[in-house]
Amino acid sequence: MSAAASRPWVRILAPIVLGLLVLALWQGAVVALKIQPFVLPGPIAIGTQFGLRAPFVLNAALITALNALIGLVIGTVGAAIAAAVAASLRVLDELSAPIVTAASVIPIVSLAPALYTMFGADAQTARVLIAALAAFVPVYFNTLRGLRMAAPIHRDLMRSYAASSGQALRAVTLPGAVPYFFTGVRIASSLAVISALIAEDFGGPIKGLGTAITTAVSSSNYPLAWAFVLGAIITGLVFYGATLVLETAATWHRVSA
Amino acid sequence: MSANASAAPRPSTEPAVEIVGVGKVFPGRRGAGVTALEDVSLQIEAGEFVSLIGPSGCGKSTMLRLIADLDAPSSGTVNVFGKPARQARLDQDYGIAFQQAGLLPWRTVRENIELPLQLHGAGRAARRARADELIELVGLGDFGDKHPDQLSGGMQQRVAIARSLVESPRLLLMDEPFGALDEMTRERMQTELARLRAETGAAVVFVTHSIPEAVYLSDRVVVMSPRPGRIVRLLDMRLGSAQERTDALREDEHFFERVSAVREALHGDAVASVQGKEAR
Repeated sequence: MSAAASRPWVRILAPIVLGLLVLALWQGAVVALKIQPFVLPGPIAIGTQFGLRAPFVLNAALITALNALIGLVIGTVGAAIAAAVAASLRVLDELSAPIVTAASVIPIVSLAPALYTMFGADAQTARVLIAALAAFVPVYFNTLRGLRMAAPIHRDLMRSYAASSGQALRAVTLPGAVPYFFTGVRIASSLAVISALIAEDFGGPIKGLGTAITTAVSSSNYPLAWAFVLGAIITGLVFYGATLVLETAATWHRVSA
Repeated sequence: MSANASAAPRPSTEPAVEIVGVGKVFPGRRGAGVTALEDVSLQIEAGEFVSLIGPSGCGKSTMLRLIADLDAPSSGTVNVFGKPARQARLDQDYGIAFQQAGLLPWRTVRENIELPLQLHGAGRAARRARADELIELVGLGDFGDKHPDQLSGGMQQRVAIARSLVESPRLLLMDEPFGALDEMTRERMQTELARLRAETGAAVVFVTHSIPEAVYLSDRVVVMSPRPGRIVRLLDMRLGSAQERTDALREDEHFFERVSAVREALHGDAVASVQGKEAR
């Protein structure tokens, strides 16, 4: 068994076979048990809708994805700056720690109605801001942790080299924090997509995925609603995959020596 | 303090390290400090290889850190090449290696070795040439562009030693640099260190737990005891010049005799005869 598991094609093929099996069981159950589409449409119906409405799904996905992406970038940049400031000024860190911790447990999408009142529901501002706020927290905490991670031995070395604090920052602290930062970005990417999508459910004439799912459900087109859900899943996977690639590149050769 | 009267044909420069009446107390909880070193005095000549040996908590690493000015003594003075330790550190008069290699994992072997040069403003071409020289010296010819995670523990430690030598320091401080290596790698590294030391002529302060290692490498062994950290004995080794320190030496009669001498001093046996000098 272990010999088979170590073969690469088995590792790639096995989940695909499992996935197809699940889809087949799903379709079989929907047909055999006569499950109504409003309960659960079969994968073939969903796939058909997805195929037929591909341009709509893509369009909706792009609108939501753009909000998520802008939010992710704003949140990430803001969090990195905030973490750098907090790491260099301990007082500020101690002052802000409770606020940031509190922010991390707030379901940020619940701010949507309030932000819509502030910025207007028809502008994307509020949804971008929600994605940015959601992205901020994991990036901030991970980066701060990374900046604090400088190994004692590296600090000793920098001191023995009579390195200035700026030199130590550039040679040891910043490169050491990079993998932590990208781990934060990876976590934030999924949160940004989810937040941007859910925020659409609080109103506004948006053609994003969140709105599209709600609209399809209210017009009883359940397979189409599920097709948009599939679009949301794919959008989330793209964000996750892209940031995972960044993270992997940043952590290459990072096993501490 | 014995200034090692028999300091034979060495250039009459100032001593590499001069420690006078040094104590170190680490502040503990509830005001009760931990005395790591108490009234320690020691002089290390230029070009001399001195090992500090003793059980855990005897302050040998603390002593090395005081020489490196990574910590400041609570009392007494530490001079390096006639200057206060702090000035010597700022002047980059020593190279240092620890038990962990402490390489920067995102830098290649060459970039790691170049680090001190880079921090001190050496030009790119000069840095590269010097790093390549050291890569050859420590026998890592083909590994200059590898990253630390692609090297074995022994190879990483070689990189760390190369890094400590890159600015040709006259003093090398080593805190159990082979402590984490297996016995075979360790012996090979010792032989190489003996060779490197012969080639560079640097004074070495070498902290170790291993009696054979101390005997094999050192001109003198400083035996320390814990609670509080003190020097118990200074033992002359003089098992021949650095060039003669080959593996054959490890099976030499004098080698075993010196090993016993260090062991007896460590265990505080009154029997410890020989030419060991009292520290105080």
